[in-house]
Amino acid sequence: MLEIRGLRARVGGNEILKGLDLTVNAGEVHAVMGPNGSGKSTLAHVLAGRPGYEVTGGSVTYRGRDLLALSPEERAREGVFLAFQYPVEIPGVSNVYFLKAALNAVRKHRGEPELDAMDFLALVKEKAKVVDIDESLVKRPVNEGFSGGEKKRNEIFQMAILDPALAILDETDSGLDIDALRVVAGGVNQLRSKDRAMIVVTHYQRLLNFIVPDRVHVLMDGRIARSGDKDLALELESKGYEWLEGQVAAR
Amino acid sequence: MTAAESGVFRAQYEALTQDGTGPGWLGALRRDGFAHFASRGFPGPREEAWRHTNVAPIARATFALPEPGRTVPAERLSRLDFGGAFTGWEIVFVDGHFSRELSSPSGAEGVRIGSLADALRDEPERLRPHLARLAPPDDTDPFRGLNAALLEDGGFIELAPGVAPTAPVHLIFFSTGDAGRPTVTHPRTLVVAGGGSHATVVETYAGAEGGAYLTNAVTEIVVEAGARVDHYKLQRESEGAFHVSTLAVELGRDATFSDHNVCVGGALVRQHVEARFAGQGGDCALFGLFVGDGAQHHDTRTLVDHAVPHCTSRELYKGILGGRSRGVFHGKVLVRQDAQKTNAYQANQNLLLSKEALVNSTPALEIHADDVKCKHGSTTGQLDPLALFYLRSRGIGEDAARSLLTYAFASDLVSRITVQPVRVALEAFLHHRLPAAPQEAVA
Repeated sequence: MLEIRGLRARVGGNEILKGLDLTVNAGEVHAVMGPNGSGKSTLAHVLAGRPGYEVTGGSVTYRGRDLLALSPEERAREGVFLAFQYPVEIPGVSNVYFLKAALNAVRKHRGEPELDAMDFLALVKEKAKVVDIDESLVKRPVNEGFSGGEKKRNEIFQMAILDPALAILDETDSGLDIDALRVVAGGVNQLRSKDRAMIVVTHYQRLLNFIVPDRVHVLMDGRIARSGDKDLALELESKGYEWLEGQVAAR
Repeated sequence: MTAAESGVFRAQYEALTQDGTGPGWLGALRRDGFAHFASRGFPGPREEAWRHTNVAPIARATFALPEPGRTVPAERLSRLDFGGAFTGWEIVFVDGHFSRELSSPSGAEGVRIGSLADALRDEPERLRPHLARLAPPDDTDPFRGLNAALLEDGGFIELAPGVAPTAPVHLIFFSTGDAGRPTVTHPRTLVVAGGGSHATVVETYAGAEGGAYLTNAVTEIVVEAGARVDHYKLQRESEGAFHVSTLAVELGRDATFSDHNVCVGGALVRQHVEARFAGQGGDCALFGLFVGDGAQHHDTRTLVDHAVPHCTSRELYKGILGGRSRGVFHGKVLVRQDAQKTNAYQANQNLLLSKEALVNSTPALEIHADDVKCKHGSTTGQLDPLALFYLRSRGIGEDAARSLLTYAFASDLVSRITVQPVRVALEAFLHHRLPAAPQEAVA
């Protein structure tokens, strides 16, 4: 599904990704871990096409296409979804309108008919159960005045509605208490499927107790320093990132 | 003296003062108005109050009086009266004169709605206590003097104490203007809301597409004790038009006033909005939205005069500026020495959609009392790039995302409009101006 080769990227003149390789197949969940500043969020935003994140080398192939050649909206319509670490508040635009516009843009791209208001609301009702999101939140302006947990639920709710092929979750666990984490992770697990790939970016192993990954990668200084199965996350949890930093430095 | 002052304005002034009709006090008002105008002429860019708005195009133009007997095409009128969705009294003025044919029969028990010209002819004593009391000729704004000198017609609305008609009043001022022969009108409107009454008044200013003309309007609104007036002004003049106006309001004890100023038309626009508290417990809310594109110039100047204690004022003006357009906001809240326990809030927020667009924002507080709560602020910025990316990352195209965010910027002002056809008309305008904007996005 996704093949990243030698990816290099700069943000504001600083090189953050320095030759990153990663292959993710359909049906797999990959965790990308790493200390602050290692490039985890940069990777997430580069894949979603955030302006100002300048790719200086390497390639990203998504379902056989050059992902980097697509605009952010084209990537979304092709099935790429980024759950933001800090979801943006948009006063004046209702969540439900925003989602309907987004979904219909995606459906139009797929050659599917646009959903009318009735069908859309039925879909909202169904998907709201995934993350147990209050329907009143759906009618409010996008993320405005939402608590941290509500914002994260809203991201996963949007993911459920848009039904992406590749979901990138950027620090979805940050700022969540344990109950909210359980709900959000439960929603993500419901959305796991053999057709969908997920990249779960996280600083802490905690989230991976709930979303058990197929592969774990540790990102250090803009490169994958170590890959393994879910036990690598546990090892990191007990030994800390310094353990790997020492190994990387010694290489 | 310039050509304009000695030309059409003087000729019209002489015609109006020499025909011998009308009450003596009106003649005195005209003389006073013309003296103020003639002694100083049009303001120049060196005057502080006109620093950002150059009225040279008005001073240079040679205006003519509109040809009598013109009318508004029915199709055009139906767009101005909200396609028939408006259920209220409608008073239409064509080139400054009341049109009986186009207006709906109006008035009800305790509600007088009609033309100022009729009232000047039939019952001038009803006008005398208030006409030009709140917006007298003065030295800062010669347009006001010119209006006093040359006023002929406009709306006259009077509510008896305690009446609260549910229907709003809509005054439509339409200029037929020729492109090659600029015309001028001086609409004058007076609203007197008796104690405890409640009125909703909508003013629309518009003109024939491509028309060149000057609208020099003055509206005075007296809100007596315990009364409430909700006022809307929709400035939808033609793209070649000049529009200069004053709205002057007086709030009596425990009176409530709200203004919703929608400024989207015209080439060169200058508006004065002035509210003065004359009794304690008053509540005044001024809202405004100016939307400029191309080379449009929109200047709004507000003054809220807290002359007495225990009054509340709120002001929120928003500007959306594209193309090479320019917006000017100058707001002043004056809290006089006796006006303790004043609560005043003033904000101006602007959104620049292009590199060439420009806004000058000067919110100002002048406080002479010590026990008051006053706040003001001004922000000018562009669309939030992160919000734009967020929308795009969900599949919404860039143009649609820009329109959506621009629309959202104005949405709190739009949603405050409670006269539904007015709100619908504004939404329709914004959709038209922002082509990819949503039909149902307002949250």
